[in-house]
Amino acid sequence: MAIPSYATRGERIWHYLFLFICGLVFLFLIGPLLVIIPLSFNAEPYFTFSKKMVAFDPAGYSLRWYQDFFTSSEWLNAIKNSFIIGIASTLLATVLGTVAALGLSSRHMPARGAIMALLISPMIVPLIISAAAMFFFFSKVNLAQTYVGVILAHTALGIPFVVITVTATLSSFDTTLIRAAHSLGANPTRTFFKVVLPLVTPGVVSGALFAFITSFDEVVVVLFIAGPEQRTMPIQMWSGIREQISPTILAVATMLVLLSMLLLTTLELLRRRSERLRGLSPD
Amino acid sequence: MSEPPAAPLTTADGVPLKVSLRRTVRRSKIKALLLVAPLLAFLFIAFLMPLFEMLWRSVDNPEVSTHLSRTVSALEGWNGESLPDEATFAALAEDLREGQQERNLGLLSSRLNYEKSGMRSTISRTARRVGTLEPPYRESLIEVNNTWGELDTWKLIQREASPYTISYYLAAVDLQLSPDGEIVQVPEHMQIHATLFWRTLWMSAVITGLTLLLGFPVAFLLASLPARHSNLLMILVLLPFWTSLLVRTTTWIAILQSQGVLNDVMVALGVIADEARWQMIHNKMGTIIAMTHILLPFMILPLYSVMKTIPPSYMRAARSLGGKPFLSFRRVYFPLTIPGIAAGGILVFILSIGYYITPALVGGQSGRFITNYIAYHMQTSLNWGLAAAIASILLFVVIICYLVFNRLIGVDKVKLG
Repeated sequence: MAIPSYATRGERIWHYLFLFICGLVFLFLIGPLLVIIPLSFNAEPYFTFSKKMVAFDPAGYSLRWYQDFFTSSEWLNAIKNSFIIGIASTLLATVLGTVAALGLSSRHMPARGAIMALLISPMIVPLIISAAAMFFFFSKVNLAQTYVGVILAHTALGIPFVVITVTATLSSFDTTLIRAAHSLGANPTRTFFKVVLPLVTPGVVSGALFAFITSFDEVVVVLFIAGPEQRTMPIQMWSGIREQISPTILAVATMLVLLSMLLLTTLELLRRRSERLRGLSPD
Repeated sequence: MSEPPAAPLTTADGVPLKVSLRRTVRRSKIKALLLVAPLLAFLFIAFLMPLFEMLWRSVDNPEVSTHLSRTVSALEGWNGESLPDEATFAALAEDLREGQQERNLGLLSSRLNYEKSGMRSTISRTARRVGTLEPPYRESLIEVNNTWGELDTWKLIQREASPYTISYYLAAVDLQLSPDGEIVQVPEHMQIHATLFWRTLWMSAVITGLTLLLGFPVAFLLASLPARHSNLLMILVLLPFWTSLLVRTTTWIAILQSQGVLNDVMVALGVIADEARWQMIHNKMGTIIAMTHILLPFMILPLYSVMKTIPPSYMRAARSLGGKPFLSFRRVYFPLTIPGIAAGGILVFILSIGYYITPALVGGQSGRFITNYIAYHMQTSLNWGLAAAIASILLFVVIICYLVFNRLIGVDKVKLG
């Protein structure tokens, strides 16, 4: 955003002030994440920079909290649970959500608005309400404190993300391609696997990533309906923050920030791939 | 000479085109519905049924009618002007004796205790001695505990015999039924929920305002930069958006607490004295700072996507027509961003009033939201009916905001990332 040549002095000052304000907001957004990364290498059990750290003395830094994490059976078990629940609910949400998105993007879908609003509602209803409601219902049908219960709950929470991303991908899908495939002699199954699926895959994968991260990051519902056997990473962090606050949490947090960077990169690559594939289709 | 009437168009196999078309449309409608059906069925079981269960629980009132069934039927037709007759007292003794044997008086006594404090101990004390009581029960029960000699106790039992109750909803907004069935405020020292509802609403409004204040310039910058630069800066918005909520809350604890990074820096710089460290966490301020940070991307992203569609030539045109920069902005650019402000604002507000984790971790006592009381009644006080009623009220508020959002923006326009 360049300043136009006719800008007055006051406008120039205003422009730089504006950039400065934006800089501050960006610092506010990203600063906290940058602060905890060095803190997680703290040799002392505190949540702040020690004198040695400020002086860049190697003795002030250590990997002890990471070691703590990787040798703690509680944390490792929590990771395992998070992956079991995350993967199972992602698979379920992705399959159900993708199939439904195919139906929703049909031109003849009746009551689309109402159905869409219903499918998105798990994202809108506050988690604490879903959690309380699921607790009441799941304890009644003996699903509370089971893996199945948590997986079902997380599937419901992940579904809106899959539906939104896949319908968005499908809305820009060129349906003449299907007719072209038919006219070239492909049967419906072959058309689906050879034409539709490759074009839709990036949308499905990013929907699945959203669903996975939703489950992987979810605390409230697990807090209410999971038993001690289903302790997940977020629960372990939650009780860590509330009870015995130790910098191991910061080590976990750092690793999770790296994980989200990885996810963000994957999503960006998927988006580019989807655009490239779409670019091949006659618009 | 008139032409012969045109024969209706038909398909190759002789079916009129209209009929054939209608049939095809119906078939594809059914196909579309069948594709959506499994998901609808799933959500019905895993999401809607629990919500219905919760709504039902907020009015369900089975305790008195099941555990005091004899007393309740003996009280039918009682006028409430003098103590009930001996038969009613005998029925009560019989009910309590049975309850004591089956050890299921706990729910009943908690339920009555919500309405009239002291009832828990009245019932447990009476039930413990009911086995040895002799008729006439009227005298012996009153002797065990003179609560049974109060008209209000009997009025309460008569009232709570109904299988449904609104008293959980009343309690959720700090009201209660008086013994005579009038709606009155609970004593001042017990008023908590109404304050929390208001606090949740105004703090959410403040957070929404702050995210707008901080998000607007950033969205404007992102929308007006060339894609090369804006994509890079977008990462700074998306990375926190993608980072675990707990991680972001933890970072704020590390930064804001009294032995935390910010206070240490301020002390080292000599801005504040070591004894006068700022209290920025475990209060309202902690909740507001952390939640503004967490919800900021939800404001920036919708604003950005609206601003992206505003052609930059509009501002240039306004300037060339003689508008001063501020006037052109206010009269031309700003009105065009209102859909984005509405979308971001409602989104942030909805998310904010339902937040639980962040207020619970950084809010302390004064920065708590109503959601924290839902959790409290679920897990600590075990008054599930009240938890369900508070949650239902909150759900109602959220649904209204959601409908407004859907009406204004359309839920299928929501974009992620």
